[in-house]
Amino acid sequence: MLLVEAIILSVLAASTPLLIAATGELVTERSGVLNLGVEGMMIMGAACGFAGAWLTGSTIIGALCGIVAGILMSLIFALMTLGLAVNQVATGLALTILGVGLSGLIGAGFVGERIAPAAHLDLPVLTNIPLVGRVVFGEDGLVYVSLALIIGVWWFLYRTRPGLILRACGDNHVSAHALGYPVLRIRTFAVMFGGACAGLAGAYLPLAYTPFFIPGMTAGRGWIALALVVFSSWRPGRLVVGAYLFGAVTILQLHAQGWGIGVPSQFMSALPYLATVIVLVLLSRARTGGSTAPAALGTVFVPDR
Amino acid sequence: MRKTILAAVAGLLLAGSISAASAADKLKVGFIYLGPIGDLGWTYQHEQGRLALVKELGDQIETTYLENVPEGPDSERAIEQLVRAGNKLIFTTSFGYMDPTLKVAKKYPNVHFEHATGYKRAPNMSTYSAKWYQGRYIQGQIAAKMSKSGVLGYIGSFPIPEVVSGINATMLGAQAVNPNIKVKIIWVNTWFDPGKEADAAKALLDQGADIIMQHTDSPAAMQIASERGKLAFGQDSEMIKFGPKAQLTSILDTWGPYYIERVKAELAGTWKSEDSWGGLDSHMFAMAPYTNMPDDVKKAAEETQAAITSGKLHPFKCPIVGQDGKEVECKGGANLDAGQILGMNFYVKGIDDKLPGK
Repeated sequence: MLLVEAIILSVLAASTPLLIAATGELVTERSGVLNLGVEGMMIMGAACGFAGAWLTGSTIIGALCGIVAGILMSLIFALMTLGLAVNQVATGLALTILGVGLSGLIGAGFVGERIAPAAHLDLPVLTNIPLVGRVVFGEDGLVYVSLALIIGVWWFLYRTRPGLILRACGDNHVSAHALGYPVLRIRTFAVMFGGACAGLAGAYLPLAYTPFFIPGMTAGRGWIALALVVFSSWRPGRLVVGAYLFGAVTILQLHAQGWGIGVPSQFMSALPYLATVIVLVLLSRARTGGSTAPAALGTVFVPDR
Repeated sequence: MRKTILAAVAGLLLAGSISAASAADKLKVGFIYLGPIGDLGWTYQHEQGRLALVKELGDQIETTYLENVPEGPDSERAIEQLVRAGNKLIFTTSFGYMDPTLKVAKKYPNVHFEHATGYKRAPNMSTYSAKWYQGRYIQGQIAAKMSKSGVLGYIGSFPIPEVVSGINATMLGAQAVNPNIKVKIIWVNTWFDPGKEADAAKALLDQGADIIMQHTDSPAAMQIASERGKLAFGQDSEMIKFGPKAQLTSILDTWGPYYIERVKAELAGTWKSEDSWGGLDSHMFAMAPYTNMPDDVKKAAEETQAAITSGKLHPFKCPIVGQDGKEVECKGGANLDAGQILGMNFYVKGIDDKLPGK
């Protein structure tokens, strides 16, 4: 395998969980809800995803368990913030703590167990094409799912009527309500979609990335996904750029160290974050001259008041 | 933020353990753990040590532990809580607990403290650590014999003396076999991030290394080496489950005997503040079985282990030549002295890389 090919494969794998989780959060935030509990939902997805795959021997069932765990976690969040109108920031943080603790408990019995990694696509002729073959046709299924997901979300948000309504809820919930749209119901679905994505992203880690479970294995990726949403200025296209850029710089800095480039490793480790911030700040400055956060993001909506 | 919250959670857990406390006349022994017990690495081995202690002296003592306690000022509250809960001997098991432990120790002169891997002591505060570099010298020797490409891959956590001395010991062991051996070093700047550790292992293998050595905590690197049909060494714990055909050996932290010895001293009233820095001779750590290597390599490794254990061989035997080609001043006579090893901040000759911050 060529080095370039190997690097691209590593980049795709490293970026995929970030892209999936960030896509879900993008939809949630577009509906006007700020869910800071991505890390908690992810780690629950990792624990339940691994448990499911280990008990059944099936990666797909594992992924489904991860999704269900993420949705259940997001429902707790929806109940608190949409049902009881509790502060979203505080609830999101609490959700992360809950997830970290609970996943440790659920996963305790599975530490040290092994499962078969997610199967890689292997098309007889296509996968063997030099350079592009493995990269385009030889990934594990979730890499393709993540790409389909972001394209689907882009299409939904900008090309469909429900997508327009969802964005309206995020920009002005009072008007959307006055027009007769069920703001809270739409937001609940958006939050659930975010939970499903976070759960799947978490499940990616023990199913495909490093096929074992250890408490805390998401190691802050949920927070990176959250940051990517902000840096993408809530646009799917930029989100893809951001996620792959982050993955690429992460992997390239490891290679740079291996090649013996004499830059302090601490700086190299910070590089992905720096690069993402700089590029996406430049992107958002160039086109629109500012951030385009949904106007109602993070504000509580109580219809009857 | 997350750390603060974890500390709060730890506090709550502690409140639970206080109410569960009973049996007034038993010696209470407390432990502070950095990670979750199930991390399979560092914290896991301290827990194994505690379990060995309970097995040996369980009828005379009562143990409490707090896991996931973040390093730094927050740990002070956790340690103090253990004191208030009546623990008379408290083990704090990570470097970052050093100053908080010292602070609490000064406040409670009647309680005894033991801090792992630090260097600050007090009349009621001991320190303990292990000479892991001895094991890494053996690993370097095995690696040089097993490597076909002549390139070793090394995943470092943070460029602190413990890790740097590990790299140097590995290199000296490897050079004893093959003077032209090369090592590629990647720092991940984390102790625990399985995904990143796996990425680092992939990068090293992609760049031509065929043996992976790690100074990080998860079995991810072992798993990558195993997947690619390459070889690797475990860290802290037995990791052979993750690489049945890949693991050559692993340094195993074995704290049990030390914990038993210190608690026995406490029970007998002979506990005093000291610094324990044990190696293979005092069973502070052990080597996992030598596997996946030919018999002659195994035999050589066992001989090296015996020589180090008996004191015949010292990994940092002078002369030691630094990267700049100059001989390192030998303060300990024949070998580098403890201070030089514990504060090591240079690479030995032959490492074709720059030490971060130098």
